[in-house]
Amino acid sequence: MVKIKNKSKVVVNNLSFYYGDTQALFDISMDIPQKQVTALIGPSGCGKSTFIRNINRMNDTIDGTRVEGEILLDGNNIYRKGMNIVELRKNIGMVFQKSNPFPKSIFDNVAYGPRIHGEKNKSRLAETVEKSLKGAALWDEVKDRLDQNAMGLSGGQQQRLCIARALAIEPEVLLMDEPASALDPRSTARIEDLIGLLSQDYTIVIVTHNMQQAARVSDFTAFFYEGELIETGPTDEMFTKPKKQKTEDYITGRFG
Amino acid sequence: MQNWRKILFKEKAVKYTLAAAASMSILIVLLIFTFLGKEAFGFLYEPGLKELFHTRWMPVSSQRESFGLVPLICGSLLVTTMATIIMIPFGVGASVYIAELAKPRERETLKPFIEILACIPSVVIGFFGLLIIVPMVKKVFGLQSGYNALSGAILLALMAIPTVISISEDAIRSVPKDYKSASLALGASKMQTVWRVIVPAALPGIITAVMLGIGRVIGETMAVMMVTGNSALITGNPTESVRTMTATIAAEMGEVPFGSTHYKALFCVGIVLLIATFILNLIAFKILKKYRMIG
Repeated sequence: MVKIKNKSKVVVNNLSFYYGDTQALFDISMDIPQKQVTALIGPSGCGKSTFIRNINRMNDTIDGTRVEGEILLDGNNIYRKGMNIVELRKNIGMVFQKSNPFPKSIFDNVAYGPRIHGEKNKSRLAETVEKSLKGAALWDEVKDRLDQNAMGLSGGQQQRLCIARALAIEPEVLLMDEPASALDPRSTARIEDLIGLLSQDYTIVIVTHNMQQAARVSDFTAFFYEGELIETGPTDEMFTKPKKQKTEDYITGRFG
Repeated sequence: MQNWRKILFKEKAVKYTLAAAASMSILIVLLIFTFLGKEAFGFLYEPGLKELFHTRWMPVSSQRESFGLVPLICGSLLVTTMATIIMIPFGVGASVYIAELAKPRERETLKPFIEILACIPSVVIGFFGLLIIVPMVKKVFGLQSGYNALSGAILLALMAIPTVISISEDAIRSVPKDYKSASLALGASKMQTVWRVIVPAALPGIITAVMLGIGRVIGETMAVMMVTGNSALITGNPTESVRTMTATIAAEMGEVPFGSTHYKALFCVGIVLLIATFILNLIAFKILKKYRMIG
């Protein structure tokens, strides 16, 4: 395995994950470097989405799941007893495959996170909303209609709103589960540009089934296959001279 | 060839029979409107529409009979309002619990009981009212008698709650799971997610559930007649005896001389009741339609 030179934000040690009796992840170990984009690639059902959902413990919401091993965020195991999950999810924002804004106004969508974490001050809320929308490159398009329902936005705008909503809680890590798979090419390009910008301030983990996308946006790539981590490394190396035959087969389109 | 014709004929015969069965509801609604109107119509001439606004309902009297609907409407309004106030927290609270918080086993235990509660005949609920609610209300409030608006409201709320629960549970369950994931991923607790995202998203359905519950309460007769004491007073006091529109019709229709003013007046009560429930159902339907919860 390639050792990553940058400081690691998230370190995964021997992680296995089970849905009931079915094992979905097998002994995964990898480092996720700080303020870089790490792409997870692999065919459908290979466990990459399951893996990303372990990093903010979203899998806890599914009954009958079980985790072995550990995930360290800044050196602290997030699966330790007494871990504050609210605090964890405040530090790790998530953007889903299908854009899922709440049926509320644009403002209320972005302000939702800060509000549940206790922010009541109106001017501070407005500041956070503006900053987050600017961060998600949506501000100019919606600044005159913040009170309108978010459902009226286009698909691409909705997804950027979801990114803004995740940014509003000021996370350090941003998980993105195929954030552009339901979008048209132009909206996809905007999201990809945005990921590049965001990686200056955030540690980003993105799941994608689109290898060109992984090549375009990421610094590091991890290839998953049938619940196992086959190979990780700097993206340019993975795509030009992969070490494993399986990786090469997948990247060259021989299966998947 | 002939065989084919036979089949075609059969198909048509079946189709029209079924169409006739389906159209029955239209016919019956029209008939109900027609006959209610026809029987009540005479009241407009003698003693006239103005009589309905009288403040006393005294259909049998040696001096002056009066047919004011005001005390009856007031009675129905008081009982219905209180029943609604009782039914909203219990109904909505239970539906939130069942749809979002209960474990699958708890849900499977709770649901059959709610369904049983929904199908208990109102007379039987009335027995329960007589034996439990009336003495309880009397004791708790230190009254002379427990036969009052409050007892009626509690009983009616009991009957409407299953309706409210099942319809608002459906509404809550139909909120997309994505909203829940989004909220949890932002670090919201389960309760914050329920109250700030799921319930607001399901609100149109919940409002409709309450509307239909109110519809059931207004139209309910038997149980309410058994426990409200049935004196036609104009009052806003829950501990006073009241008489609802439905109870009036049920209690007096059997003894009234056919075609008398009293008879016609009872039909007028029926029309007012019909209009009230019609409007409620219409509002519920409009809300559902507006938020596309039904086609």
